[in-house]
Amino acid sequence: MSQTTYVPFEQALKVYEPVFGLETHVELGTKSKMWCGCSTDFGADANTQVCPVCLGLPGSMPVVNRVAVESTIRIGLALNCSIATWCRFARKNYFYPDMPKDYQISQYDEPLCFDGYLDVTVETPEGPQVVRVEIERVHMEEDTGKLTHAGGATGRIHGADYSLVDYNRAGIPLIEIVTKPVSGTGALAPAVARAYVSELRDVMRALGVSDVRMEEGSLRCDVNLSLNRPGEQWGTRSETKNVNSLRSVERAVRSEIERQASVLDLGDRVIQETRHFHEDTGRSTSGRSKEQAEDYRYFPEPDLVPVAPSDAWVEQLRSTMPEMPSVKRARLQAEWNINEFELASLVNAGALDLVEASIAAGVDSVAARKWWTGELLRVANDTGVELADLQVSPGQIREIEELIASGALNDKLARQVFEGIIHGEGDVASVIAARGLAVVSDDTALLAAIDEALSAQPDVADKIRSGKVQAAGAIVGAVMKSTKGQADAAKVRILLLERLGVSE
Amino acid sequence: MTEDLTRQSAAVLAAAIAAKEVSAQEVATAHLERIAAVDGVVHAFLHISSDSAMAQAKRVDEKIAAGTEVGPLAGVPLALKDVLAMHGEPTTAGSRILQGWKPPYDSTVVARLRAADIVILGKTNMDEFAMGSSTEHSAYGPTHNPWDLTRIPGGSGGGSAAALAAFEAPLAIGTDTGGSIRQPASVTGTVGVKPTYGAVSRYGQIALASSLDQPGPCARSVLDTALLHAAIAGHDPMDSTSINAAVPDVVAAARRADIRGMRIGVVKELSGDGYQAGVSQRYHEALSILEDLGATITEVSCPHFEYALGAYYLILPSEASSNLARFDGMRYGLRTGDDGANSVEQVMSLTREQGFGPEVKRRIMLGTYALSSGYYEAYYGQAQKVRTLITSDFNAAFANVDVLVSPTAPTTAFKLGEKLDDPLAMYLNDVATIPVNLAGICAMSLPVGLAPEDQLPVGLQIMAPAMADERLYLAGGALEAALVDRWGHLLIEEVPSL
Amino acid sequence: MTSISRDEVAHLAHLARLDLGAEELDHYASQLDVILQAVARISEVTADDIPAMSHPVPMTNVFREDVVTASLNRADVLSMAPAVEDDRFKVPRILDEE
Repeated sequence: MSQTTYVPFEQALKVYEPVFGLETHVELGTKSKMWCGCSTDFGADANTQVCPVCLGLPGSMPVVNRVAVESTIRIGLALNCSIATWCRFARKNYFYPDMPKDYQISQYDEPLCFDGYLDVTVETPEGPQVVRVEIERVHMEEDTGKLTHAGGATGRIHGADYSLVDYNRAGIPLIEIVTKPVSGTGALAPAVARAYVSELRDVMRALGVSDVRMEEGSLRCDVNLSLNRPGEQWGTRSETKNVNSLRSVERAVRSEIERQASVLDLGDRVIQETRHFHEDTGRSTSGRSKEQAEDYRYFPEPDLVPVAPSDAWVEQLRSTMPEMPSVKRARLQAEWNINEFELASLVNAGALDLVEASIAAGVDSVAARKWWTGELLRVANDTGVELADLQVSPGQIREIEELIASGALNDKLARQVFEGIIHGEGDVASVIAARGLAVVSDDTALLAAIDEALSAQPDVADKIRSGKVQAAGAIVGAVMKSTKGQADAAKVRILLLERLGVSE
Repeated sequence: MTEDLTRQSAAVLAAAIAAKEVSAQEVATAHLERIAAVDGVVHAFLHISSDSAMAQAKRVDEKIAAGTEVGPLAGVPLALKDVLAMHGEPTTAGSRILQGWKPPYDSTVVARLRAADIVILGKTNMDEFAMGSSTEHSAYGPTHNPWDLTRIPGGSGGGSAAALAAFEAPLAIGTDTGGSIRQPASVTGTVGVKPTYGAVSRYGQIALASSLDQPGPCARSVLDTALLHAAIAGHDPMDSTSINAAVPDVVAAARRADIRGMRIGVVKELSGDGYQAGVSQRYHEALSILEDLGATITEVSCPHFEYALGAYYLILPSEASSNLARFDGMRYGLRTGDDGANSVEQVMSLTREQGFGPEVKRRIMLGTYALSSGYYEAYYGQAQKVRTLITSDFNAAFANVDVLVSPTAPTTAFKLGEKLDDPLAMYLNDVATIPVNLAGICAMSLPVGLAPEDQLPVGLQIMAPAMADERLYLAGGALEAALVDRWGHLLIEEVPSL
Repeated sequence: MTSISRDEVAHLAHLARLDLGAEELDHYASQLDVILQAVARISEVTADDIPAMSHPVPMTNVFREDVVTASLNRADVLSMAPAVEDDRFKVPRILDEE
């Protein structure tokens, strides 16, 4: 097998146009499974949440979970889809050890929702741009069991001696959302793909249908991509799986553009295949070849009757729809009196809901935005986690702001408090106590530190006395250093000038 | 009660048990002894659940002694086709691939039998995964027809029918996908009913063709069959295709048995042309009797019935190929070829190759073909259209008549081995029964005499519209009563001693 | 109706996970052929405007409520398994072609 080569992104885009599509699977947060009453709780002991139905035992039969249907319709409405007046389930037949029946009950040519769209916003040098991603379909299906592989070096399938199956996950409701091919995005393709998945996730959260945690597998994304020269037909597409974060979505699109460009530049053919994305390298490797497309032998599921949502039912569900993220963003932009760039950076940072929650907890709007898009975002990016996963609560931000206002903390100390909270050292008060982070405002201590600094820099002291008040900065700096940043800088300066008998 | 308990009807036994003239345990013991005496040559049973049967019988006796109310069939023994899950008891579907499997749950039918205090004696033999018309495709050896041990008892539910005909049990449960209750009833001189699709829960019934299968009651008389029908039918929330409506009063209909003014249609396409002479003869004699009883008989045409066989042998294998995919050696049942080197795909393939018999494999491949890309429209898609045509044929017919009739099968019981090498010839046994399953309506087979040329039972099929199951028992009860009048006894009493 | 080739039968056997021997492949090919010819007749009678029927019952919207019910006892579940390790079903190695 030859080494994979890549053409740099900008170069690739000079020659080719990318067309991509995204298939996302959302695990619904229903209490029970799609076809049976087994619990869907995450993290239970292996094979303790199974029954004849989800194990596919001989003689078992599925019965549709009403809430799963409602959630699907609500998702369809949120994505501006048409809702089918009559549709059926279908069997997708293939053999795999994580599939108890060796067929998956899904929907084939009769999805419950179809022909919708989701508008997403991406940042461009010219400002935020809205891209409409068209939705082909939203349909219901079931999740498979979970495989772990034993005996190999990596814990992956390759080189494994055998595998172990836990069927707790089998039968959990899965909603598949498929976009129509997205063309004409050019260099924005990776950003559009990421923005789409991010917006989709926000929509699911707003609807309350899933906790959509990519790292837990309740939101999964497959990236399809092809390249073509301008004016030519769309090329052969590849599918990339194991894309487990927003960042990976962006990188997977980018990487595949670079890889396929290289293949095409060399005059070779892009192979229709399934690829596996690797977080650590940001690249994908080849998996199963899809040259011979699987023959799933779909036919209507005879153990289930059609789902025919009445107009009344759909309208009743429509009336339960919450404020959509895009509407909410427009509202907050107006409420906070910020412009679209500021809004876009809040959204891109994943900070919007957090800022809103902080304001609701009593934090000033400007302060909330400062913290979430400043220090906290920096920490999140450095450690490679999402803002929401930092374990910093809006209430804590309010506490810290109050302490700053009262002078008990300054900005620098506040950052250390956040660091302590993020590292799990406790709440605001315990971190301050444990680390001794109070602002030193006791005059005696400060004067002592000032005198120490003056005696260490006598020439600076003279300068100040002679009227060069700016030189005071060096002494203040020294005092801040000796007090580990816990001195109130403004107060230090006042005391210093008093000490030297100099006025501003 | 001094007469042989195994020669009694279910209704008589139930009454005697309730009246404490005999205990449920005595009745169960008598039947277990009968099984021990004759099943060596009949081979109706794959497994006898004597312990659980005696325990159930004991519970019934205790309930009756305590004055607790019990159901109309309490304490009556029953033979259960081995295609229905029974918690803790072996359930094989007549296949090696499930050898030794004991389900961790009860099918709804079994749960209802238990709730009715019926005593399940054991699991009966069947064609593997219910694919067949002779029970010769069982992986555990064939069942022999008590009328002539060199002949087949019908299939796929030959074991249940033979158990009745051998007086090993007064009640039995079968399943019917294309005739698997009715055709065995026909060739063994017993009564069998395929209820309306959805009338009896399929939850726990190992599926063959999900859109065609129905569990159903079997017995030696129409009334016994009606009593069992009432015990097992009714809506089940575990089965999405289960009818959510009241069960028609089939017992009252069986007792009323009055068909004056009933309009009976004779299906022209199933009138017996090309059928065995003796079958036709007895069938036409029965038609005369029906007229004597006050029914009017007219001929109806169901022109699309000639395509029923073709549609059936596409739909059934297609659905079955999917239903049987789960038997892959991963979670239960047989696993072969797992030597540590073989991949999962190889182990699955070796397991299925070894675990399935030739008829099952043949149909799996036929079904896989009919569903495969490029062929779906031509085969499965077309077959589903034929169903619509057949249903409309029935609807048109039932607009003018109350029930339809035909011979149940073209021949009496053929010899073991006679049709094994010719699958198509075997499939032709189902020509009269198949349209009923395709349309989802209900039908009954009951004995109407012995064919003169071979002295073997002939069955007549009564068909009624979906949800009108009581008409089967009305007509069947009337015909049976007239025949008993004529013969002095039920036909089954003439079965040779074993 | 074209007859079904041995290769096609082999492909079907693979799709259906049946490890058929050479003789069986030939045998099934000829049997399937005969059956397919017989069933092909149905195309004589079906016109485009006839709707397909997948369910004999005209029911729709059969649902269950989203309520948790008891699962099986794990011991019962695993006791039927051909192989078990670590409270999971042990299955032979899965190939992922590269």
